[in-house]
Amino acid sequence: MRPDLVPLLWEAFGQTMFMVLITLAVGGFLGLLLGLGLYLSRPGNLLASRGVFAVLNVAVNIVRPVPFLIFLVAIGPLTRAFVGTTIGMEAFTFAMCIMATFVFARLVEQNLVSIDPGVIEAARAMGASPLRIVRTVVVPEALSPLVLGYTFLFVGVLDMSAIAGYLGGGGLGDFAIVYGYRQYDWAVTAIVVVIIIVIVQLVQWLGNSLARRALRR
Amino acid sequence: MSETIISFRDAVKEFPARGRARRRTKPVRAVDGVTLDIAAGEIFGVIGYSGAGKSTLVRLVNALETTTAGSVVVDGTDLTGLSEARLRPVRAGIGMIFQQFNLLRSRTVAGNVAYPLEVAGWSRADRDARVAELLDFVGLSGKAASYPSALSGGQKQRVGIARALATSPTILLADEATSALDPETTADVLALLQRVNRELGITVVVITHEMEVVRSICHRVAVMERGRVVELGDAYQVFSAPRQPVTRRFVASALRDAPSTAVLDRLRARHPGRIVTVRIDEVAGSSAQVMGVLAERGVAGTIVYGGITEVAERPYGSLTLELVGDDAAVRAALDGLRAVTAVVDHGTAAAPAVEGSDR
Repeated sequence: MRPDLVPLLWEAFGQTMFMVLITLAVGGFLGLLLGLGLYLSRPGNLLASRGVFAVLNVAVNIVRPVPFLIFLVAIGPLTRAFVGTTIGMEAFTFAMCIMATFVFARLVEQNLVSIDPGVIEAARAMGASPLRIVRTVVVPEALSPLVLGYTFLFVGVLDMSAIAGYLGGGGLGDFAIVYGYRQYDWAVTAIVVVIIIVIVQLVQWLGNSLARRALRR
Repeated sequence: MSETIISFRDAVKEFPARGRARRRTKPVRAVDGVTLDIAAGEIFGVIGYSGAGKSTLVRLVNALETTTAGSVVVDGTDLTGLSEARLRPVRAGIGMIFQQFNLLRSRTVAGNVAYPLEVAGWSRADRDARVAELLDFVGLSGKAASYPSALSGGQKQRVGIARALATSPTILLADEATSALDPETTADVLALLQRVNRELGITVVVITHEMEVVRSICHRVAVMERGRVVELGDAYQVFSAPRQPVTRRFVASALRDAPSTAVLDRLRARHPGRIVTVRIDEVAGSSAQVMGVLAERGVAGTIVYGGITEVAERPYGSLTLELVGDDAAVRAALDGLRAVTAVVDHGTAAAPAVEGSDR
């Protein structure tokens, strides 16, 4: 790899981190809320509501299976309304946040469904309000799988950022294509791949150890 | 009996039919017109097989379920039609323990016991003091910092009891609290529930399918079947003179009852004398009376089957005896026994009696 590419690589790394971290923060938070909404409104649960559940469920089912590349283009008008443009890192980060929200919402819901309903009943029997039960029972009891789900989301978001990069969003994906693939410089591609593998490994290790600490078993 | 603390009046709870056939099937009546008064300070048992509606009935008391029709009055408060927000303080004043303990795995033993106190808005210092007191009461002071996963079933239920008692409730609901425990641990937990009732004066409502539970601690009992209370009264009376088939099945499950036909055949093969079964209870004869009658008539009585146990801390059981003596003496002894208790004469191996069960 040419030495003059090193600063560019660093810049690409920074761009990827920008997209990934913002998406993780926004998508993680909104996804948690949406997932909680799905879980709580599910028939038989704390705030059971057939209507709310049906709407949220259909929304998640519509967004989630759309390939990210198509989704990025499809929500162009929405992106323009919020960000002012449909291209560039900010615009793509917006799209990533929305996709991450829906992906994480399903992960959250699936992890919460496994909570023992008896524990929630016990909290209700002690006079706890639904909001308190969410805060002190639902989330803490499912913390371990939620951490693992969040780790899984990180890998998914990293993947999205590479696609966004290819479309001109910048970042490691963009760098690998422009300086590696197009210039037949396999070393550049390999270095980017190694960097991504190292990041994923580190995050997975961190997620696993946090999840284990949260498990208390 | 002292004043009523829980009162059901024609209470009905229906659940909508579930599944694909929802539109065509009728709703399920889990509780079907129950009228029942539970007195302050008693241990009241609700016994029934699974699906009898007893778990739903107990959930009407702390409004985890609300009635479809009829009313439930708890400690002077009519729960009918109260909003969810108004029901929360009612729930907080009633303790509940569960078959699967339902402890929070993410909290320590102390954290679990502190939970209802947090809900009730206690300060940290007050919580810590109360938690220590409660763990001492249930004998788990050394386990405050342990997580539930490190506890045995019996210890988990003790934590459940400590947690249920935290806010000093007047009522404790026990939903199959010992059904997941082995017999020895069951006895420990039942003894603890008895202490809760005696030392703290808390009304305990016990839901169970185990005769053993009712037998050992309940003062009064309701037998439930298909959403209805089919038999109700003093535990001793209900089980010493069961009227309903379901009650008889429960009695037979826990108490050594009259021998079955197969047992009787084996008894006759082994013992040539006259085989009789006598009821032993407080109302009928005690075993001392029975033995006294036999001694009086010069008849030797050997116990060949049966036993005596306790229901509501009073003796109850049946003994099957082989009577040996000359015919006249045995006949006289039988008449003497009939004067003091219920007797079933099974005859002898040579001349089996055709007398049917007189139960």
